[in-house]
Amino acid sequence: MKNLTQFNLNDLVSKKEYVLIIGAKSDVAMAVARKYAKEGFNLYLASRNSDTLEEFASDLKLRYECHAQCLELDILDYSSHQFFYDQLKEEVIGVISAVGYLGDQKISEKEFMEASKLIDTNFTGIVSLFNIIALDFEQRKSGFICGISSVAGDRGRKKNYIYGAAKAALSTYLSGLRNRLFSSGVHVITVKPGFIATKMTEGLDLPKRLTGTPEQVASDIYNAQKKLTNVVYTIWIWRWIMLIIRNIPEWQFKKMNI
Amino acid sequence: MSNTKSWGNYPKVNAKTVIISETHRLKSFIKKEEEIIAYGNGRSYGDSAINDTIVCIKPKNYFLNFDDDLGLLHIQAGALLTEILEFSVPRGWFLKVTPGTKLITVGGAIASDVHGKNHHIEGCFSECVAMLNLLLPSGEIVSCSKTENIELFRATCGGMGLTGIILDAKIYLKKIESRFIKQKTIKTKNLKETFEAFEKYKNKPYSVAWIDCLAKNDKMGRSLLMVGDFTNDGRLDFIPKKKVNVPFFFPSFILNTLSVKIFNTFYYMKVKDGITEKLVDFETFFYPLDSINNWNRIYGRNGFIQYQFILPKRNSYEGLEEILKSIASSGKGSFLSVLKLYGKENGNFLSFPIEGYSLALDFKIEKGLFELLNKLDEIVVNRGGRIYLAKDARVAKDTFEKGYPKIEIFRNIRKKYKMNEKFNSIQSKRLGI
Ligand SMILES: Cc1cc2nc3c(=O)[nH]c(=O)nc-3n(C[C@H](O)[C@H](O)[C@H](O)COP(=O)(O)OP(=O)(O)OC[C@H]3O[C@@H](n4cnc5c(N)ncnc54)[C@H](O)[C@@H]3O)c2cc1C
Ligand SMILES: NC(=O)c1ccc[n+]([C@@H]2O[C@H](COP(=O)([O-])OP(=O)(O)OC[C@H]3O[C@@H](n4cnc5c(N)ncnc54)[C@H](OP(=O)(O)O)[C@@H]3O)[C@@H](O)[C@H]2O)c1
Repeated sequence: MKNLTQFNLNDLVSKKEYVLIIGAKSDVAMAVARKYAKEGFNLYLASRNSDTLEEFASDLKLRYECHAQCLELDILDYSSHQFFYDQLKEEVIGVISAVGYLGDQKISEKEFMEASKLIDTNFTGIVSLFNIIALDFEQRKSGFICGISSVAGDRGRKKNYIYGAAKAALSTYLSGLRNRLFSSGVHVITVKPGFIATKMTEGLDLPKRLTGTPEQVASDIYNAQKKLTNVVYTIWIWRWIMLIIRNIPEWQFKKMNI
Repeated sequence: MSNTKSWGNYPKVNAKTVIISETHRLKSFIKKEEEIIAYGNGRSYGDSAINDTIVCIKPKNYFLNFDDDLGLLHIQAGALLTEILEFSVPRGWFLKVTPGTKLITVGGAIASDVHGKNHHIEGCFSECVAMLNLLLPSGEIVSCSKTENIELFRATCGGMGLTGIILDAKIYLKKIESRFIKQKTIKTKNLKETFEAFEKYKNKPYSVAWIDCLAKNDKMGRSLLMVGDFTNDGRLDFIPKKKVNVPFFFPSFILNTLSVKIFNTFYYMKVKDGITEKLVDFETFFYPLDSINNWNRIYGRNGFIQYQFILPKRNSYEGLEEILKSIASSGKGSFLSVLKLYGKENGNFLSFPIEGYSLALDFKIEKGLFELLNKLDEIVVNRGGRIYLAKDARVAKDTFEKGYPKIEIFRNIRKKYKMNEKFNSIQSKRLGI
């Protein structure tokens, strides 16, 4: 009896569809993984040094009776991306990238290496990978692509404009991709978080009312995918904050300290 | 630095909060820091999880293994009980012991050795702990259970985070065949009837009473005793309920003697006389307050104290009479007053329950409150009772010591492992633990 139910269970699990998550060790990605596993998907979890992710993957398998496979991926190793995507045994119905690098603005002003790492991690690498996935989804005429950008890309500020510029480029890229893939039925989601309480922001004194949790971002992404939303600000209030910030005239903005 | 407080919003402390989930990072962190305390989900009411440096364990929440023949779950200490229930209820398993909220961590459940409505039958949370892994000040990780490193196990269960950091534990679950509970409510007219009802229903697996602590004279001690057990109708699906939120702190004048009195009377009156029966889901039965986010804000910004004490059975009746009189005549009182008959004491050094009656009441912080509570402390201690550390933010050292005669054993263990140099809370310093 037990073996029979076990067998049925395996059968059920292998029928679940796969979602690919990039930058899987980030707190946001982990929350996204839990959300999708809970909603009934199997997962590919890609990150650098994926061995430390194994414990997390077995947590997912146990809690949600899904497959969760860890894979190696360096977003800066462009030439490996095609192979990475081709090796996935099962077709994925969507990809979500949480890859990002906050870096150090001050250093990036003096050392181009840092600026270049910021640009390549937040933008170039994602373009390299998403281009490959977009081609496949376009041919299959289905799928969704979700990139985590940032409100920092909505306007350049002296505090973090290299990071911001890379995120702005990512937002523009995603917007173009959305436009291109619309006719193929592929949906593209741009996520623009304000503040999220994660490892990236640990130690920073973030304003409580404006700071979301990784879980909120995860459910915003899931809902955006279900409802075909294009651009999500998370938490929602940032849409209005950024509307105001974008509309401050440049002659005024350049004098400001925000 | 951030403003840190526990569920009672008192005291508030500007603390450095560090969030760590990986064991190797925890190890190097405790070596680096002078003095720390583990923080679970901050559902303790007082100052037991608070100090200048706090390590938040909640993200350490992986499920490690589940043996569904034994119902044995191996889980990391930061996991919330609600996460366990989401996993286990649809599979036909429930917590053997659960407190009145499911929003606490496994670490917090062990450290306070929490109890629930079935204490008189199942005992404290430690009864279902098959083993736990503890990180000591030396950086060593020891596995403790009722058969291995027994002394550390007895000290850690109920030890309020003062023996080290609980990393993970294996806990036994119990089989259920429904998520519904057949609940019986018995309305009693006074304290004597309440006690008789507790005795009469002491074989029921779950029991607890809501008591009207402002009722006086011949109505003193009137209660609604709720008893129940799981049914077996096979309905096991579990979708956590939608919550309402208390969006801001209520101005503190809203809760006053009059409004509480009106609430209590209304709450008591709306239940029919005698015995009523209905079927309720386990969330309604065990966790009524979890459906309201931030309910602690109704007590206002200054916060509140939950005062919970227990008296040995032989002294319970007179003691409660005396205490209820003092409360009713002070006019300070709350609508969340809970009375319960407990079962036998366990062998842990600082666990709260002893065989007898326990009363828990919420008081908003206001002038004259601490004087009243000091007076109640005296009655409690004189009758051989004690105060629950998980709720406490104010008790005096000698009151605490009189209530917990095994404190010296606990202190010696702390010294032996140098725990007293590393793990401290504001509470442990206040009480010289
Ligand atoms: C609405 C409500 C109802 C409640 N009902 C009950 C009840 O019926 N019965 C009952 O017994 N209690 C009850 N409580 C109290 C609550 O169960 C305890 O205070 C519990 O310890 C809180 O757990 P937490 O995870 O929030 O831990 P915290 O409040 O963050 O910490 C509590 C203690 O546990 C220690 N701790 C936490 N995690 C660890 C760890 N990993 N390692 C070592 N120490 C650790 C802390 O240092 C601290 O001493 C209730 C609380 C609320 C808010
Ligand atoms: N936290 C915020 O307030 C905030 C606000 C706005 C936007 N965001 C964006 O939200 C996303 C998630 O952020 P987070 O807060 O969770 O931060 P995070 O933990 O730093 O996440 C960034 C992730 O990117 C990965 N990564 C970096 N370089 C990589 C590379 N070369 N190849 C592969 N992966 C690489 C990191 O992997 P490792 O774990 O291996 O380092 C990490 O998992 C990021 O895109 C971030 O820019 C965050």
